[in-house]
Amino acid sequence: MAKVEAGMAGNVWKVLVKEGDQVTEGQEVAILESMKMEIPVSVEAEGTITKVYVQEGDFVNDSDAIVDIE
Amino acid sequence: MFSKILIANRGEIALRVIRTCQKLGIKTVAIYSEADAEAIFVREADEGYCVGKPPVNQSYLNADEIIRIAKKSGAEAVHPGYGLLSENAAFARKCTENGLVFIGPAPEIIASMGSKIEARKTMKEAGVPIIEGINTPIESEDAAKLAAQEIGYPLMLKASAGGGGIGMQLVHSDEELIKAFAGNQKRAESFFGDGAMFLEKYIEEPHHIEVQILADSYGNIIPLWERECSIQRRNQKVVEEAPSPFINEETRVKMLDAAVKAAKYIGYSNAGTIEFLVDKEQNFYFLEMNTRLQVEHPVTEEITGLDLVEEQLKVAFGEKLSITREDVKRNGHAIEVRIYAEDPKTFFPSPGKITEFQLPVGEGIRNESAIESGSQVTPFYDPMIGKLIAWGQTREEACEKLKTALENYKIAGIKTNIPMLLKTISHEQFLSGYTTTQFVNEYYLPLLTSTK
Repeated sequence: MAKVEAGMAGNVWKVLVKEGDQVTEGQEVAILESMKMEIPVSVEAEGTITKVYVQEGDFVNDSDAIVDIE
Repeated sequence: MFSKILIANRGEIALRVIRTCQKLGIKTVAIYSEADAEAIFVREADEGYCVGKPPVNQSYLNADEIIRIAKKSGAEAVHPGYGLLSENAAFARKCTENGLVFIGPAPEIIASMGSKIEARKTMKEAGVPIIEGINTPIESEDAAKLAAQEIGYPLMLKASAGGGGIGMQLVHSDEELIKAFAGNQKRAESFFGDGAMFLEKYIEEPHHIEVQILADSYGNIIPLWERECSIQRRNQKVVEEAPSPFINEETRVKMLDAAVKAAKYIGYSNAGTIEFLVDKEQNFYFLEMNTRLQVEHPVTEEITGLDLVEEQLKVAFGEKLSITREDVKRNGHAIEVRIYAEDPKTFFPSPGKITEFQLPVGEGIRNESAIESGSQVTPFYDPMIGKLIAWGQTREEACEKLKTALENYKIAGIKTNIPMLLKTISHEQFLSGYTTTQFVNEYYLPLLTSTK
């Protein structure tokens, strides 16, 4: 299992997956908004999303968990 | 003149307004979010009040709280700076209703120019050329496809309420249009609260050239020359200069005349900017009007010797313009670069703590910034942390001074776009003076891959 983390602090603008979703390498799972820009968060390997830690509108800090992937 | 004003903004522009107020003996009131409590602009103001939590909708966009502070502090007027509430007609109206002078045009004018679709219609009526396009909001992907057939690709998909490059995208085909439509519509809804979209024909080799105007409340309107702002990334300006190295004198006069005509038609007052796109044959088309002070106003100040904030304050106080069009000097050449806290390759923001900061100095060098060593660049606000302006007798001289100054700009702890700026302003295409809005795509980005 791997944790996918926020690359920088910002607001969660969109959550693109839910628990149980199959994702492929490089797929975007969430989009953060930081300094008026959209920052995509993507997974490094394919797998299944086992947990989603954030909701749209949440504020996350750098390195905060976004999703778990198995 | 006013004796005290509130500045409804933050960062470098708040500090810029404070500087002119200090010169004129006007007391200043700063508002700040919890994230900006230690900021220079708060220290420099005569009074400062916390306006709320860091996110802008809980602080710098909280109109009611800002007005409450303005009244409590005894301020007579509100300077909105740029961005944030500067083009918010409801805020301007609230100021007036509460007995505060809004330093800008009337709320109705802000509203009419805030909708790009409305502005297109108005400018057409005024006899100012507009780009071929759609003058009604496009509701759906299918409607967009139909409209696109009528005009023909390539097209710019745009949000009517858009700004700062958000909600716009260049599309070349039905497929690209469909792919871009919903995302940009949602973006426009979430950023501007208005998802109205429209389409404009894409102008090949577009130059972004804008005319600064100044108008009083008695119908006097003068142009303060133009600025060329073609170098952009993410549809946001990075390098701006005055005068434009591209247009000839004949085009220049026509553009200044068109800008004055546009401002007159809508009954404009205060400082404003009419943005145009100019094609390679020097035909120009209305793009939008910014009803506020612009980020890049310093280049106009450098060649005219005017203080635009001072002019704004005088006009807002009810004074008549003290100069005519013929009095406005055009002396030498000025170039501004925007320093962004961002990765110079991906343009992704780079918040963090500034560990070292030292501004370059020299003859003809001007800095506008509001950070210092130890400042925190937070994720809540725009990544622009400063502006560097160079003035020279000629464009060549301004370019040389700018390059030396950029090389001596010392900032550490965060990533900045300074490497990108250096590559841009020393590129032969930039030095030749022919820059289009595609410069970054055509000349800067290829430079990165070839030097890997």
